[in-house]
Formats: sequence, C-alpha cells, structure tokens
Amino acid sequence: MAVVRLRAPLTELTGGKRELQLEGATVRDVLRALEHEHPAISGWILDERTTIREHINVFVNGERGREDTALAPDDRIHVLPSISGG
Amino acid sequence: MTELLVGTKKGLFALQGDNRGAFEITSRAFAGEPVEFAMHDRSSGRYLACVTSAFYGPKIFVTDDPAGEWQQTGGLSLPEEDEKALIRLWTVVPGIEDDHLYAGGDPGVLFESSDGGLTWELNQPFWEQPTRPEWGPGAGGMCLHSIATWPGEPGKLAMGISAVGVWLSDDGGRAWRHGNAGLVPRYLPEDAREDTFDLCVHNMHRAPSRPERLFMQFHGGVYRSDDAGESWNDIGTDTGLPSDFGFPLVIDPDDADSAYVIPLVADLDRVTPGGRVRVYETRDAGASWVERGDGLPAEDAYLTILRQAFAHEGSGEGMGLYFGATSGDVFGSRDAGATWFTAATKLPPVHSVRVA
Repeated sequence: MAVVRLRAPLTELTGGKRELQLEGATVRDVLRALEHEHPAISGWILDERTTIREHINVFVNGERGREDTALAPDDRIHVLPSISGG
Repeated sequence: MTELLVGTKKGLFALQGDNRGAFEITSRAFAGEPVEFAMHDRSSGRYLACVTSAFYGPKIFVTDDPAGEWQQTGGLSLPEEDEKALIRLWTVVPGIEDDHLYAGGDPGVLFESSDGGLTWELNQPFWEQPTRPEWGPGAGGMCLHSIATWPGEPGKLAMGISAVGVWLSDDGGRAWRHGNAGLVPRYLPEDAREDTFDLCVHNMHRAPSRPERLFMQFHGGVYRSDDAGESWNDIGTDTGLPSDFGFPLVIDPDDADSAYVIPLVADLDRVTPGGRVRVYETRDAGASWVERGDGLPAEDAYLTILRQAFAHEGSGEGMGLYFGATSGDVFGSRDAGATWFTAATKLPPVHSVRVA
C-alpha cells in the first residue's frame, strides 16, 4: 500500500487525516482510491479527465510524479500546491 | 518634488508630488498595455519601460521625457535555433559603469546593454546553462526579477529567479554558479529538498553600504546572506513578522541593517494579513521586525503588493518609501515608514513602482 501525505486545505476534506494508506498500481489509481474513500476530495487533485490539476505537484519518494507513474508497495506520495499557482 | 514611475496593467503613469498627499498624474504612456516595470537611469538620463503587449510581445522602450515619445530598443530576442520565445521583461537595473544596464526576463534570461539601453545583447553563458531544460517557473513565469550589482566591482553579480534560485558571477557574467545554501523550499517534500534548484526567490537586494550582505524574500521565508549570496540565514521565523510570505523588499542604501518587507498571508492567500496593510521594518539585520503602518489602511483592506511595486528614495530617517497594490492604490512615506499617506487611488492594478 502506498502512503499518501496531504497538507491543508486538502486535509479538511479527509477528516483531518494527513497521511493515508491506499492501494493502487499508479498515482492515478491511488488518487482515485483516495476519492473513493473520501468523496469530498473528488475534483480537488484530479480533474474530470483524471489528470492532475495544473497547479498541483505530486511527488513519489521525493521525485516528481505523474498520473501514470507506477507505484511499488510502501511508496510515499506527497500532494502539494505548486509554486506556479496562487 | 518626487516623481514616481508606476507600471500598471493598463499603462505607465508618471506621478509627481511634494507633500503628504495625493500625487498628480503628469503623464500616461502605453495606454492599455501591461507595463511590468519602469525606471529612470541616472547615468544616461533616460527612462526605460518594460511593456508586454498581449498582441505584440515584450519590448523595452526608452525616452528622455516620459510624457513624450518613446522609442523601441533593439536586440531583445532569443536565438531562433533554440525555439524559445521571450515572454516578459521583469526588471532593468543600472550596472556599475556608465551606460551599462541589465535587464531580466522570462524564461530566466539576462540581457545587457552598454549604450544606456538603446540596444541589448543576450548573456549567452547564462542562456546556455546546462541545467536549463530542467528549470521550472513560478506563478509569474520563469522570471529573472532580481539583479544585484556590487558597488565598485562591475564583475560581481547576483541574480534571483523564480523558480531557479540564486545565481552568482565574479567575472561579469561569463561564468555562473548557484548560491542557494540555507534556503528551505517548504513547498517541496523534505526528501526532495536536497540539491534542488527548484527555489522560488521572490525578491533579492544587495545592501550597497555592505555589499557582501543581501536580503531575500522567498516563497515562504525571509533570508539574509552575509557572504555575498553564497549562503542564507533565516530571518523570518519568530522575528516578529506576521507571515514570511510576500514579494517586495527594500533596503536602506546607507544602513545595511535596515530593510523593509510587506508580508502577505501565505502562498494560498496572497493578501495583507487580517485586512491590515502594514510594512515591516528591521533595524537589526532581521533579528527583529516591527510594523510600520501609521496612515495605512488598518481594516477591511485585503491588498496584494507585487514584487516590483515597492521603491525607496534617499536613506536614513528621512528615506522615502512608496508602494502600490493591485487595488490601484499607491502609498508613500517620507520618514522611513514611520507615517504614511495615500499618493494615488483608482489606478489600474499596480505592477511596479520606482522613484525617477
């Protein structure tokens, strides 16, 4: 299971959880699993095309990841607002 | 009499005033066009304006009289073979030698002029940095917005780029190296921070009276360097600032311990904290900051002040400070921030403010 780490304001949509363990073979799979477990976060990270929003950065084990980045068990996924947003 | 050059989303405004009150608009140029930056080069006597037409692209124009005709300058383009376009010009900074000027822009480019800004040439060594394909932009694009010269040492330069960190040169820009030690990009996961150059410098200035000292406003962090930009010390944590996020920065040119910032809430909420417009001053090189806001809006004022929209005139207790907001308001102080007055209202969103 991958570990997904979130920051505010996304944690307000997960009942305050900053760290979640989720199943998935790719970043997209894990983020869809996150939406399934916490429906309120739907549309906040992935858009309607299940594409990571332009001003969101996803890191996998400290490296920039994409929707189709393959995951191994215990991979760490950080979801952060990009400095290009705001 | 103080003359301000105010670059706005809809043209360049020249304002004049000599009392604690509204300044007079003496001219408007580039009507309808975004003016990112404008300055008066004391060496050549010329005024220079960075204009980014939505239709015709970025240009620098010069004139001897901001109310008169402006002339387009030449040489501001990127090599055709590299298939990159110049997007925006963010700053013009006088060099140490007469008629020498630097211009910084997006995508992370440095231009130089040796004829007072009439013609420009791309700094090729910086354009050809081998890591360039890996560089990424900040919210305003990949802007080279800060160029710090060294009084008496024309070869020494420091530059700040959003979001490619600090770059240093000791030979007039032929060779460049990073100067990022100590900067903490909190917007990256901890395991992605080491050796990254994804560093979002928001503003950086050198203290002319002690050139090895620089101050920096970072994307979350205020820093000081005492070794010419090689390394940086946090002066924004537990030092009295309501937030260490913001854009503009001013240094007292005659006192290397005195600097001014205008904090905003955070990267996700880029407005003045609590609806109060406040400038923060340090007189001890960042060990502590105190608010300076007598005369500034104290409630229901959620303003955004951009990186080039804060200027100074003179030095010491009588230093003039002027800043503009995207609300179209311009504020001024003639006593180093102790008291403030409103110099202009209802201008278009303010991009830059400089004293002519």
